[in-house]
Amino acid sequence: MTQEELNALEIAKSVDARGTACPGPLLEAKKAIGTINSGDIMEIMSADEGTKKDIPKWANKKGHEYLGTVEESGFFKIYMKKK
Amino acid sequence: MDTNIEGQIKNLQEQIDDLKKKVTGVENTHKDQLSLVVMSGELDRVLASMIIAVGAAAMDTKVKMFFTFWASASLRDKKKKGKGKDFMSKMFGMMLPKGRNKLKLSKMNMAGMGPLMIKSLMKKQNVMSIDEMFKQAGELGVEINICEMSMNLMGFKKDEMIDYPKLDYAGVATFLADAGESRIQLFI
Repeated sequence: MTQEELNALEIAKSVDARGTACPGPLLEAKKAIGTINSGDIMEIMSADEGTKKDIPKWANKKGHEYLGTVEESGFFKIYMKKK
Repeated sequence: MDTNIEGQIKNLQEQIDDLKKKVTGVENTHKDQLSLVVMSGELDRVLASMIIAVGAAAMDTKVKMFFTFWASASLRDKKKKGKGKDFMSKMFGMMLPKGRNKLKLSKMNMAGMGPLMIKSLMKKQNVMSIDEMFKQAGELGVEINICEMSMNLMGFKKDEMIDYPKLDYAGVATFLADAGESRIQLFI
């Protein structure tokens, strides 16, 4: 997906994990995914570089779809679709 | 002729049952489970163990931690006191750290300056504190087993250990049985 497409996604849940370092964002994402429905899209905001690799790995393991990452200044937004 | 066919069917049924048992056995040998031995009692190593445990639990992997030897001191509660200790146990109790917040660093300890510096850095960079990690681990259902033999050796009493949701005491066979079923085994 292109950055524009990612930015235009309809998000069911946005998780702001910018206040935590590894493994905080993963933990917050795990907690939040239980609150959305199958097919919903979740956004995870993080400033922890490792999260960029961690979230796709976790999504892959759980069967969720990793859609892409958008860079912002000082943080980034990761998009994924719940299985 | 009929009895022959019946016999054959019975034989096949037995083979199927046997195979079913084997398949279930194979499936059970590799669970999505992490077995972690924590032997080191230094802050950095206990922290690393907790990060791995919490991370794995966040990924829905079942986590079974096995605290042994020096690491068992990290599970003491600073506010509790073990009752009925003999002289040696009291000496050990005094010399070993009283809980996770009294742990030293394996490098750069500098008489306690190192841990303080690391803790302030962790706070500055939003890394979960060791207390928070134990809290999260508890909420995620991470199991902690303390080696019974180490408890005796160090002279620790059960009434001086931390309050933790899934805390238990076990021996090496428990670890081996759990580890045998786990896809990942680590020794720290």
